[in-house]
Amino acid sequence: MMINLLIKQIHIIDPKNKVDGVFDLLIKNGLIAELKKEIKSSTAETLDGKGLHLFPGLIDMHVHFREPGFEQKETIVSGAKAALKGGFVAAVTMPNTNPPCDHQSVIDNIIRKSNEVPFYIFPAGTLTKEREGKELSEMADLKRAGAWAVTDDGNWVSDPLLMRRAMEYASMLGLLVISHAEDKRLTSTGVMNEGIMSTRLGLKGTPNASEAIAVSRDILLTELTGAPLHLTHISTREAVELVRDAKKKKLPVTADVTPHHFSLTEEVLEHYDTNFKMMPPLRTAEDLKSILEGLKDGTIDAIATDHAPHTDEEKMEEFMDAPVGVTGVETALGVALTQLYHEKVLNLSELVMKMSTRPAEILKLPNGFGEIKVGTEANLTLVDLNQEWVVKEEEFISKSKNSCFIGSKLKGKAVGTISRGKLWQKQF
Amino acid sequence: MNTVWKRKDLVGIKDLTADEIRLILDTAKSFQEISLRPVKKVPTLRGRTVANLFFEPSTRTRISFELAEKRLSADTISFTGSTSSTVKGETLKDTVRNIESLKVDMIVMRHSASGAPHRLAEELPVSVINAGDGINEHPTQALLDMFTVQEKKGRLAGIKVAFIGDILHSRVARSNIWGLTKLGAKVVVCGPKTLLPPKVESLGVEATTDLAKAIRDADVINLLRIQTERQSECYFPSIREYATSYQINREVLKHAKPDVLIMHPGPVNRGIELSSDVMDGPYSVILDQVTNGLAVRMAVLYLLSGARKKSETK
Amino acid sequence: MNQIINAEEMNRAITRISHEILEKNKGADRIVLIGIRTGGAILAKRFQSQIHSIEGKEILLGLLDITLYRDDLTEIGPQPNVGETKIDFNVDGKKVILVDDVLFTGRTIRCALDALIDFGRPESIQLAVLVDRGHRELPIKPDYVGKNIPTSKNEKVIVKFKEQDGEDGVSVVPKG
Repeated sequence: MMINLLIKQIHIIDPKNKVDGVFDLLIKNGLIAELKKEIKSSTAETLDGKGLHLFPGLIDMHVHFREPGFEQKETIVSGAKAALKGGFVAAVTMPNTNPPCDHQSVIDNIIRKSNEVPFYIFPAGTLTKEREGKELSEMADLKRAGAWAVTDDGNWVSDPLLMRRAMEYASMLGLLVISHAEDKRLTSTGVMNEGIMSTRLGLKGTPNASEAIAVSRDILLTELTGAPLHLTHISTREAVELVRDAKKKKLPVTADVTPHHFSLTEEVLEHYDTNFKMMPPLRTAEDLKSILEGLKDGTIDAIATDHAPHTDEEKMEEFMDAPVGVTGVETALGVALTQLYHEKVLNLSELVMKMSTRPAEILKLPNGFGEIKVGTEANLTLVDLNQEWVVKEEEFISKSKNSCFIGSKLKGKAVGTISRGKLWQKQF
Repeated sequence: MNTVWKRKDLVGIKDLTADEIRLILDTAKSFQEISLRPVKKVPTLRGRTVANLFFEPSTRTRISFELAEKRLSADTISFTGSTSSTVKGETLKDTVRNIESLKVDMIVMRHSASGAPHRLAEELPVSVINAGDGINEHPTQALLDMFTVQEKKGRLAGIKVAFIGDILHSRVARSNIWGLTKLGAKVVVCGPKTLLPPKVESLGVEATTDLAKAIRDADVINLLRIQTERQSECYFPSIREYATSYQINREVLKHAKPDVLIMHPGPVNRGIELSSDVMDGPYSVILDQVTNGLAVRMAVLYLLSGARKKSETK
Repeated sequence: MNQIINAEEMNRAITRISHEILEKNKGADRIVLIGIRTGGAILAKRFQSQIHSIEGKEILLGLLDITLYRDDLTEIGPQPNVGETKIDFNVDGKKVILVDDVLFTGRTIRCALDALIDFGRPESIQLAVLVDRGHRELPIKPDYVGKNIPTSKNEKVIVKFKEQDGEDGVSVVPKG
């Protein structure tokens, strides 16, 4: 049911339209009708926004909702609900489903499913057939079915000729190429960062170079082809430097980082807890420092969670066998506010840029995303900047509980999400 | 000795204090003579049950533990099987809990995944003794190695120990490094660059690829087994070439001290890590290691058997 | 601190017991001394040298740590320290004189008997103690006693030896 809602005296942050102040906002029939210092309305329900902030709806550029094929971990509906709880209104789903998103029917199915929940899914299709890195996937079909981006995600296309062709073909269709830059041949059997910790723990590691080499090659192919490239979840000092240089040369390169990569380092692996096993792995303090600098100076454009649900049984396996990845949509905003805003790494406008404005721009989302504009559909996140909370496993609504933030004390939370013009939740 | 053993488990040397290590070595001394008696048994662990879970094949370590348990009059059960939970279809935790339900007092476990015993020790009330986890640690091997050195050289502080071989994949080396550095020994690790762990110096050791440099002034040379798989994994071009650079033989021993000890956790690849004549020669204490292994394991079982009571009163 | 036996008395008792051992066993033939723990070991050595000066013969001496045979290992904890056991000779067919400083409940001697059986089959086992403080919990009887000292259960008997404590003497103190 499309809402009619008058939000009074809420602090609105909309960097795209240079808004940063306390306002009233009126939503009529799910559309943003008015944004003024003061609005009087007799028909709409009123919501007291005093002490709260309003952001343009958060957008997650990298999630795994596991459907089709792995519904025991997450489904489109459960993932969307979890994301809404975290304050997100939209997400780009990764194509490593089963069957993979290399066929229009799979994309079509995802889009239909997403209509069951007031949430926007912009699915990514694969770059190559079955993500095998051998033949191009039928990207025109995928686009027509509704794909917004293409990626092989965890299967970096190691053949530079094929990657070149894929980038040229995708860019011709206006599909954003997202790259999980990791040369797996160098990663080999590594399950964490290669360095002091891996030696201490008796585990094999993957060196920074496996990311850096891939990033470097992909950037050079962007230079060759002119195709826009989005590097997802970069984790190393080297990658940040390469992206910075690419931007100096005005190449169409963008990048995102996960909340765990701007909060945690490899030392947390001391006890072999598989909730800290992800790819790329948690790295060193030096890498984290570079990530924070990259966020500050705009080298890193966006924050994306790489929400990767896995079942309890899978994460119970021994460290070297357990699947990689952690969930993230329910904790992302809390972690970002705690680690970036409250720690004064980014101000609120900058934070909103990373979590809403820039993702909308990079993905070239339709009008209204990434900003608060009168006349567009209401996709908004209500935030309490100062609410203190502890991340509890039992409170996750995602089907999976493999979070690296369980037990963490956070400050700041999404308390309401308005998506597709509907108020999803209200926690105040 | 005022130190008292309080831990429920022995999962690694990494977390032990120097005093705890010394306690184990001192206790092991008292257990040595039991194996020389006509009746090689003491009733200390009578009525206790120890389960040996060897998910990774091992003959010598398993037999050593079994014998140690029997000499302490414990009842032993041994389980050998496939490692991967996914292969078996049952998680490691469930397998161990099943064994625990048989009311065993202690578990001795060997597993191919580094860190496997740690989670179990944290989550389950039974005592866990690590008999080797992946490439991480092999605590009782290191303890028996240190015991042997101490016995032959009279001390560990200031002793120079050189580890030669595949350090990267060696849990024996790792456990030894933790223990020896805590007790003041000087450790050098040597092997081809490809087989030295990244940032290994952060463990407090010297690293070199030069064999002569490593064994110069070494009091002890501890050799690690080279596995043939490493050749196909491209860590070195061939076993033959490896042996030309890193084999310990009479020629190479000219660089070492005249009373140097040669140690090896076994099994030895004769002619690869070690030449036959050195292996059978006077420097080698490889067989003493095996004998000492029994005393050390008895000491560990004895000390940990006290922990069960603590957990019962919890 | 209530000293019950002074250094002089202790040495006289040791001399007397040494004579008694030789008398009862009709000489030093096939006699071996095995001292329990630290107190009994020191005492056994003194018996050994006394017997040597009386008979001119060197009796074989062994040292026994009974920790691993204790029946209370399942109750108290962490595990007590294990000391050295050193019996370098064959006990088969020998007359073993077990030596301990204080005989109390008898449990220590029970442990020692179990341990000795694992070492072989002595012809006989006799018990020599410096002090018998009563309160037996098992049917154990000493063959040679330095002094009978009735005590209450909440008292402690402390034996000091010149070799490790700098002086000889036995005292009784309240526990705790």
